[in-house]
Amino acid sequence: MLQIYCPHCQELRSEEEFSCGGEAHIARPLAPETLTDEEWGDYLFFRKNPRGIHHEMWYHVTGCRRYFNATRNTVTYEILETYKVGTQPSIVGEGV
Amino acid sequence: MKRYSGFSLLKNALSYHENWQKVWRSPKPKKEYDVIVVGGGGHGLATAYYLAKVHGITNVAVVEKGYLGGGNTARNTTIIRSNYLWDEAAQLYELSLKLWEGLSKELNYNVMFSQRGVLNLGHNLQDMRDIERRVNANRLNGIDGEVVTPERVKEIAPLINISRDSRYPILGASWQPRGGTARHDAVAWGYARGADALGVDMIQQTEVTGIRRKDGAVIGVETTNGFIGARKVACVTAGSSGVVAAMAGLRLPVESRPLQALVSEPVKPCLDTVVMSNAVHGYISQSDKGDLVIGAGVDSYNGYGQRGSFNVIEHTVQAICELFPAFSRVQMNRQWGGIVDTCPDACPIISKTSVDGLYFNCGWGTGGFKATPGSGFVFADTVANDRPHPLAEAFNIGRFNSGALIDEHGAAGVAH
Repeated sequence: MLQIYCPHCQELRSEEEFSCGGEAHIARPLAPETLTDEEWGDYLFFRKNPRGIHHEMWYHVTGCRRYFNATRNTVTYEILETYKVGTQPSIVGEGV
Repeated sequence: MKRYSGFSLLKNALSYHENWQKVWRSPKPKKEYDVIVVGGGGHGLATAYYLAKVHGITNVAVVEKGYLGGGNTARNTTIIRSNYLWDEAAQLYELSLKLWEGLSKELNYNVMFSQRGVLNLGHNLQDMRDIERRVNANRLNGIDGEVVTPERVKEIAPLINISRDSRYPILGASWQPRGGTARHDAVAWGYARGADALGVDMIQQTEVTGIRRKDGAVIGVETTNGFIGARKVACVTAGSSGVVAAMAGLRLPVESRPLQALVSEPVKPCLDTVVMSNAVHGYISQSDKGDLVIGAGVDSYNGYGQRGSFNVIEHTVQAICELFPAFSRVQMNRQWGGIVDTCPDACPIISKTSVDGLYFNCGWGTGGFKATPGSGFVFADTVANDRPHPLAEAFNIGRFNSGALIDEHGAAGVAH
């Protein structure tokens, strides 16, 4: 089971308190009505799904009920960092 | 290929079973193939088999990074059913179920297909409404199914708890008598043996590391054992589909997640059907060996590590003990995870791609095993004719841009 550090609560808590929200840093289109079907489908459904470094959203659902982001290795499951929404990860690297 | 029969068993007994023919050859890869199937799981092997058998394309290689049937084929809970809600999905899974019914004979290999029936339990009013709707839709599609009462559920699976006092009482179920289970390894081995006999090369321990293209068309694959040329490349790589797609510069609408299962110690026969429940989230059957085979849910996060979190297992075991209080004393033997490629609409992608000669069959998510024969059948047809098989048309990747999704979350839900 994962131990996840919530940057809002500033505590290491059990995975059961959280729910994963999928890939992070996907910006909602500012003018959705101007998007083509390809762009809209891409925004809604297509994901990087890397094997390796992944930036993803987590929701502290039974804690502070706030979202934050995590950088996690999808092979070892190691969480390399967690950071608040609106900030950038310090660890970057493409998954293979 | 030497046929298996009672006679061959007797004959080989005389030589202490030391002279059985190898089930498949282990050839050196040729320079070029008409079709390379990437991924030697059940779906990939079935694809290769039907390419050779139905379409006469025998210059085919199956390239597998590990060993045949060693991924999700070896990790699933072997449940087979076709009671899906929407016409497109129901017809695809029903084609598969019909192929299962003749598969042992077709392959001359006992896949131990056992039509022991599948119960999908309902625990609240909405569950029962959904079940009635789904069973009605199934019957309109010519698929067997009926809505049964809790008393009938108890007749089918006597150990089940139908008490009104339980936390989530059983209010009824859908019952598909033609559903059941099969031996997972045998399916892969049977297809591999059949394909090998028709001339298909099984290339194991060879990982595809790149997809070589020229002028927007596929010309072959880079592997850990060198380049192999191909006119067409058919990718059937389940959890690794996103990684393989990236080799050709494509993105897929799939996310790879750990899905776990566990088996108990072998016990005397006590459950001769398959019981699954979306609401309390668990499903269970008993293997011929006697183990209770229990399936859990997917983890909420992406992962490639072929293992999942313990809380998911705990949750499932709670559900199973609620349904079958007698099983609370059974000890669990092993637990494992497989990486499933989940799609947003819980339906697969069987599709051509924007690269000429490159095809994908993926996104089966949590329920691919039951579809193994049908998936291979329609995908082989799609690859051979370079156009979607009529039953595969709705499952093209373009649906995620057009919006024509096939929402099977209700029928796929927990029911793998």
